[in-house]
Amino acid sequence: MLAIEGVSKRFGGLWAVRDCSLTVEQGTITGLIGPNGAGKTTLFHIITGFYRPDRGRITFRGEDVTGQSPFRLFHKGLYRTFQIPRAFPEMTVLENLMLVPGNQCGELLWNPIFCPRRVRKEERLLLRRAQEVLEFVGLAPLAGALAGTLSGGQKKLLELARALMAQPKLVLLDEPGAGVNPTLMNKLAARIRQLAQGFGVTVFLIEHDMDLVMNLCDPVIVMSEGRVLTQGAPAQVRTDPRVIEAYLGGQYAVA
Amino acid sequence: MDVLVGILNYLLFFSITAGVYAVLALGLNVQWGYTGLFNIGVAGFYAVGAYTSALVSGPPPGALDWRVFGGWGLPFPMGFAAAGVVAALVALLIGWITIRLKEDYLAIATIGIAEVLRLIIKNEAWLTNGVWGLKNIPSPWFQPVQSGVTAFLAARPQLPGWLVSLLKGAYSWVYLGLLAAVILALYFLVERALRSPWGRVLRAIREDEVAAAAQGKNVAAFKLQAFVLGSAIMGLAGSLYAHYARYLSVEKFEPLYGTFIVWVMLVAGGAGNNKGAILGAFLIWGLWAGTDFLTGYLPLSDVRASALRVVLIGVLLVGILLVRPRGILGEEKFVSRLFKG
Ligand SMILES: Nc1ncnc2c1ncn2[C@@H]1O[C@H](COP(=O)(O)OP(=O)(O)OP(=O)(O)O)[C@@H](O)[C@H]1O
Ligand SMILES: [Mg+2]
Repeated sequence: MLAIEGVSKRFGGLWAVRDCSLTVEQGTITGLIGPNGAGKTTLFHIITGFYRPDRGRITFRGEDVTGQSPFRLFHKGLYRTFQIPRAFPEMTVLENLMLVPGNQCGELLWNPIFCPRRVRKEERLLLRRAQEVLEFVGLAPLAGALAGTLSGGQKKLLELARALMAQPKLVLLDEPGAGVNPTLMNKLAARIRQLAQGFGVTVFLIEHDMDLVMNLCDPVIVMSEGRVLTQGAPAQVRTDPRVIEAYLGGQYAVA
Repeated sequence: MDVLVGILNYLLFFSITAGVYAVLALGLNVQWGYTGLFNIGVAGFYAVGAYTSALVSGPPPGALDWRVFGGWGLPFPMGFAAAGVVAALVALLIGWITIRLKEDYLAIATIGIAEVLRLIIKNEAWLTNGVWGLKNIPSPWFQPVQSGVTAFLAARPQLPGWLVSLLKGAYSWVYLGLLAAVILALYFLVERALRSPWGRVLRAIREDEVAAAAQGKNVAAFKLQAFVLGSAIMGLAGSLYAHYARYLSVEKFEPLYGTFIVWVMLVAGGAGNNKGAILGAFLIWGLWAGTDFLTGYLPLSDVRASALRVVLIGVLLVGILLVRPRGILGEEKFVSRLFKG
């Protein structure tokens, strides 16, 4: 589904991502882990077109998409969430979601003016879908609140909700569990699994919570200092001495 | 009675000017209020509209004129439409070049183009008559209204003086009616365009461009649309001004009157709210006129008095924003109103 070959990205003198190659197979929930500053988020930025790689190639569903702009990639079925949530603060939670689906007829200036009925019909469908998604992530009571007023954890859930609205083929989730209440974590894991198995979305996710990664992801890819260190089944990665070493001194123990 | 007629005529003149500003504020609201586009060259698009309309609908150059171009004498609606179209084309050109770049570039480009246009108006006399100004721009339906009034008065010589002077100014009422109709039509058009999924994308872009791109929105294309639409509306305002004032000269398109005050109006009335834009125009124009009376009582030179007025209006704006940080009306929580009911 997604193949990355020899991708590198440098910031000044620092190679944030260095000669990185990996693939994400269709239908999997692939995990991406690694210590802070390993280059995981940078890699996501490159895949989704927010950064242009200095070297390397990205292939999505058989097509070379290196350097394509983010909005084009969205329409090809590639969606990403942000590690630091980027909701639209002065918009309601509901409209944050209704905004997402692509190719809305109401987004063409003349349609709301000349065919408001058609737009209205579409809007009702979007409303229903947004309400379903809000139920799904448990944000329904906040539908009418401005997104800027949500708590950190709620904003993370909103990021996930937008991913559900986008109905992508591949979704890149950047730490979906960060800041989410531990009791919600199990629910979150169930939601992500449902997304993959129920909706047929391939998931590629970054996460520091090892419990979540170990019981959700297969395979797991480990990055360190901009490179792919290893990749494999969770049980295998967990006991890999190189992985343990990479994390040593870091704040995350590999249980 | 004569005093009352005088006040009434002043109010009439006041409302027409404020109405033209309301149109400008509506245009700026599309750009800044909804999309966050920093256009500090409103005066430029206003001037483009005014001169276009005057050249399309105005009289051909006279013997004493410097200009050698334009003055096709076409009906007002054509000049009015041309004003919108030409302002839109100018915006399309500027937007096409700058909108993909960082946002500061648009601001610089708009202020630059406004200044360039001001210099063109001043120096390119073959087109604009330069510092002599464009004269005798016709007001729509002026002749029929005026001859109607004259005939009416000729038939009734016994009417009291105050009524005669009121009736002599009847044309202004007609123009106010025309202007009100245009404002109303534009309000509904803009409101319909913005309170929709289209406007929702604009607000998202204003809030966070990067996130909007991540939601699959073609940020540059939407920004360009908003910029062109807003500028076209500013062009229409220029036409409405030209055909009432009947005379155009460069001073009317200085940054103070053409840009600064429009910004104050929008921000005070409530950026992001079309009603707020219209309300702000009338309110701020009222206060601005008020400061004229105020500074008139002070022993100041003209230059100083006008500087003081700017300060006063700035203080007023700060006062309004302290009480109501989002302007008097503020924006509505939901952008689209098409999914309700
Ligand atoms: N825009 C940038 N400019 C300069 N340096 C950057 C930039 N973005 C990231 N870096 C650097 O690149 C390295 C990798 O950062 P990245 O955000 O990809 O790490 P990460 O693996 O996502 O870490 P974390 O787990 O903490 O989120 C870091 O050293 C970071 O400081
Ligand atoms: Mg990160």
